[in-house]
Amino acid sequence: MSVISPDVVKQVALLARLRLEGPALAQLAAQLDEILQYVQRLQAVQTDRVEPTSHVLPLSNVLRKDEPRPSLNQQAVVELAPATQPPFVAVPKVLETS
Amino acid sequence: MPSGELAAKTIHELRDLISRGSISAAEILDDVLSRIEQFNGALNAYLAVDRGRIRRQLEGAAAPSGRLSGIPVTVKDNICITGEETSCASRILAGFRPPYDATVIERLRREGALLIPRANMDEFAFGSSTENSAFGPTRNPWSPDRVPGGSSGGSAAAVAGNLAIAALGSDTGGSIRQPAAFCGVVGLKPTYGRVSRYGLVAFASSLDQIGPITKDVTDAAILLSVIAGHDERDSTSAPKEVPDYAAQLREPVKGLRVGVPKVLEGSDTVVQQAVRAAAEQLRTLGCVLIEELELPNIARSVETYYVIATAEASSNLARYDGVQYGFRATTGSRPPPTAKNELTEMYVRTRTEGFGAEAKRRILLGTYVLSQGYYDAYYLKGMKVRTLIKQDFDQALARCDVILMPTAPTPAFRIGEKLDDPLQMYLSDIYTISANLAGAPALSIPCGFSKEGLPIGLQLLAAPFREDLLLRVAYAYEQATEWHRRRPA
Repeated sequence: MSVISPDVVKQVALLARLRLEGPALAQLAAQLDEILQYVQRLQAVQTDRVEPTSHVLPLSNVLRKDEPRPSLNQQAVVELAPATQPPFVAVPKVLETS
Repeated sequence: MPSGELAAKTIHELRDLISRGSISAAEILDDVLSRIEQFNGALNAYLAVDRGRIRRQLEGAAAPSGRLSGIPVTVKDNICITGEETSCASRILAGFRPPYDATVIERLRREGALLIPRANMDEFAFGSSTENSAFGPTRNPWSPDRVPGGSSGGSAAAVAGNLAIAALGSDTGGSIRQPAAFCGVVGLKPTYGRVSRYGLVAFASSLDQIGPITKDVTDAAILLSVIAGHDERDSTSAPKEVPDYAAQLREPVKGLRVGVPKVLEGSDTVVQQAVRAAAEQLRTLGCVLIEELELPNIARSVETYYVIATAEASSNLARYDGVQYGFRATTGSRPPPTAKNELTEMYVRTRTEGFGAEAKRRILLGTYVLSQGYYDAYYLKGMKVRTLIKQDFDQALARCDVILMPTAPTPAFRIGEKLDDPLQMYLSDIYTISANLAGAPALSIPCGFSKEGLPIGLQLLAAPFREDLLLRVAYAYEQATEWHRRRPA
């Protein structure tokens, strides 16, 4: 039995801002299904009293001194953008015009 | 000196020659650059080599007393260097020139190293063969129809083929060690937190580490001593002193306990034989073998990894949307009915055109395991099994000083062999992944050759922050064997 259908893959792709159609979608759905079938083996591991590990080092609430210091040059950073209207980054319009 | 002779040397050999005044930094650099010119067309270990920019470093005020003064160091394409293109071998970052240096780059510069960007890799370090590079695969210098391993395949192939003196790679699930094994060189993944990740383009932030790929153990120790250490710009870097690893290499290994886990089964016979012979060699050197070491949950490491790593990757890669840097797709004149507006359509087109197949697979897998309804079954479950895997290591390393196992289940496989079968590709990481999940340091060192003349890697693992033990045992093994002296024709 499959774990994930092409329709679900398409929906997840949309959430991840990717477009998948046709044979590419079918192939990817089949591959993801095979991988997820394999991953299902995790369910057999007994983890009732086990705490999750998100991080291996015993470090928490690491803070640096709250003092001003130089940061990256604003112009140099804006210039990295593929489209700019200095001093701004330019993006396609978001608001609908009627 | 004949052409190629300097490029074939190690960091420590070149340091001796420089300090005696026999050679100059320019001679070394030019020899490496001419090797690259001659052989990179066939190997594709480097994505681009800007001779002029690289040579200009010779004019700078080199630190003559630096530990790497005049030594060229090759850098994987996911480590930021000011003004140098850093693309992660992805179309989506093509043309990106960071406005800052990664901390490891600052440290290399401070010691007088000359940087050679930029080594090929699997796109965003997603892969075990360097075939997922958007700019063509790297070939294995031992056999051009084989992969060099991955994801740091360009770094490993460059070092093995004498197109580099030494290199930096990054390792999230084996990406330094497995290519080092496939290319017959030394690769070290440090303890999580030992080396700053500031300026390393993130793949899976709880697993990623930068580390050295070198021609021998001494060079790995030298390079690690330079790049390791606390960095306040990486809140996960450990505030711990860095020992002089190279100075401790000759400490005796007699009496050290070497654990040999049961998991040896499952790899090729030739790999099992080479690793077994290496264990016997260590026994001859005075180490005590602890046989049949139990690591019961290590068999679950691939599935645990592909839940945790893809979850983190999908989150880290959300930033590539065509707005702040890199590639932006041009959108049509009006948004198609599926898109909410022109901006969303730009995101979708940019990501669909900019990411390769494996990046898409991992983003989708990660998005799925993090989505509502599946989070507990996959991501939370994965994090709990990660705890068990870490406990296995903690318990095993209470009984022994280092653990020995293969780096990879096979020698280098053929180009194209696993490309259409992602699960088989993922399974080639089966021995390397657990060190990342546990945060432990691990090293790969050459320990033999297959009948076809392909290198085999021996992996050593130790408790967190015990790189000194790994390097000592590896050094003793290296001194007793000749594997590391062989180079591809």
